[in-house]
Amino acid sequence: MWRDAILVAGKDLRIELRSRVATNQIAPLGVLILVLFAFALGPDRPALQKASAGLFWVAILFSSVLAVQRAYAIESGDAAREYLRISGLDPAGIFVGKAAAIAIQLLGIEAVLGAGIAILYGAKGGAWLIVVVTSLLATVGLASVGTIYGVIAGGLRVKETLLPLLMLPVAAPVLLCGVEAWNATLGVHLNNALPWVRLLILFVIVYVALGIVAYGPLLEGT
Amino acid sequence: MIGLFHFRQGPEGRRVSSSGSALSFKGVVALAGQFPVLAGVDLELPRGETILLRGANGAGKTSLMRVCLGLLPVVSGQARVLGFDVNHQKVAIRKNAFLLGHQSGLYDDLTVVENLRFALKAARKPLDEIGRTMELLQLSGRLGDTRIGQLSAGQRKRVGLAVLVARQPELWLLDEPHASLDALSRQVLGQVINDAVTRGSTVVMASHEHDAALPRVDRIVFMAGGRVDHVEVIKEEASLPSTQPRVGSHDDPSIPLSPDIGESNTDTSSEAGGSGSAHVA
Repeated sequence: MWRDAILVAGKDLRIELRSRVATNQIAPLGVLILVLFAFALGPDRPALQKASAGLFWVAILFSSVLAVQRAYAIESGDAAREYLRISGLDPAGIFVGKAAAIAIQLLGIEAVLGAGIAILYGAKGGAWLIVVVTSLLATVGLASVGTIYGVIAGGLRVKETLLPLLMLPVAAPVLLCGVEAWNATLGVHLNNALPWVRLLILFVIVYVALGIVAYGPLLEGT
Repeated sequence: MIGLFHFRQGPEGRRVSSSGSALSFKGVVALAGQFPVLAGVDLELPRGETILLRGANGAGKTSLMRVCLGLLPVVSGQARVLGFDVNHQKVAIRKNAFLLGHQSGLYDDLTVVENLRFALKAARKPLDEIGRTMELLQLSGRLGDTRIGQLSAGQRKRVGLAVLVARQPELWLLDEPHASLDALSRQVLGQVINDAVTRGSTVVMASHEHDAALPRVDRIVFMAGGRVDHVEVIKEEASLPSTQPRVGSHDDPSIPLSPDIGESNTDTSSEAGGSGSAHVA
C-alpha cells in the first residue's frame, strides 16, 4: 500500500508542480475569500481578530473543495480514472496517495492564509504546538474526507456541483474542531483546546480507516 | 499452443481451468447503467491466438473487452478470463491483462517517459523495458521528454501502445488500435501484435480496418446486438483440416476480410438455432 501511495502522491504532486493550479488559482482564491470577509465585516479590527480562526478555516474548507476537484480532474482526462482501476495499484494505496497529495497542497495554502489572517486581521499567534498539531490533523481530515467524496462524485456526471454538497457537511466537524482549538490557543476564549484536538484525532482515524477500506469498492462502483 | 495449460496461482484465489481458455463466457449479460450491453454472450476463445472482433457500432465489441477487465459488471452468466472469475478475481485478471482503448489513460502534464514509468511501476513491472519499447514505437529521443498534452493523437496512441507492450500482459485487449495511426505505425502495431502472440500472449482486437494493416488473425468473432453472432476460424493452409466445430458463416458481403485473412482459408457454416450466440470449443 505505501509503495503505491508514494507513487500516486508523487504523480499528483508532479502534475501540480507543472500545472500550478494550487499555487496560481486555489491559494489566491483563499486569499480573496479572506479579503472579501474583511470587506464584509468592516474595519472593526477586534471583530476581525475574534473571527480570524473561523474565517481561516472557512477559507481552507472552500480551498479544499477546489483541491479535491483538481485531484480528480486530472483523472478524468483520457479515461485516466478507468486506467487507474486496471493499473494494478492497490486501491488503499491510491486513496492514501491522493489524500497525501491533497494534504501537502492544503498545508501550503494554510501557510499562505495563515500569513493572510495575520496581515489582514491582525491575528496573533498563541500556543504554536497546538496550532500546528490542529492544522496537521484538520488537513489530514479534510484531505481524507475529500478523497472519499471526490471518488464518489468523480464517477458522476454532475461531479463539479455535487462534490461541495457531499463534502462540506461531512467536513463540518473539522471546521468546528479547528476553529475551537485555534480560538483557545489564539486567546479568543479560554476554553481548553485539548478536547477539540482529541475529537479531531478521532475524526481523522475514522475517515482514514474508512478511506482505506472503502476506496476500492467506491472506485469500482461509481 | 504456447501457454495453453500454463496456470499460475492468483492472489485472490485459485485460477480455475477452463480448458486453458483465454476467455470463457457462458450466457454473460452485462449492464452499462440499466442498458444490457452484452445480452447473453457464449464464447470460448483459446490462448495464444489473435482474435478479431467484428460488428457494427454498438454491437458489443468494446463492452466485451471492458467486461473482460471487470470494468462492467456481469449480472448473469459466468465469465472467466485467463481462468479467473471476472466478478470476483478482478485484481488477478488486471495483473495479467491490459486494454488499449480509444483513450490511453495518460496524464497530459507528464512526459512520455514519466507516463511509462508510472504505468510500469503501478503494474510492478521492471523499468528496463522502457528504452527498447520507446525505440520500437519511435518514441525515443526528443519525444520521450515531451509532455503528453503536446503530442498528436497518433503519438498519444503510440504511447498508450508502448505502455501495453512494456507491460507484456498475457491478454491484450485492443479496441480500434489502428485509429489515428499512420501507415508506418500500423506496420509496427502489426509487428508487436505478432510478437506478442509468438511469445504466447492472446490478442483480442476490435477493428473496422479492412486493409493489410491487420495482423494475421486466427479467429473472427462476429457480434451483433450485444451477442456473438458467429465465430469464424481462419486456417493458415488450405490443406489443414479444421479441428474446430463448424459454427458460423461469413456470408455478409458488407464485411470484407483483410487481404491477409482473405489469403487464408476460412472454416465456416451457419449457426444452428438462431439464438444469436455461438460457441466455439
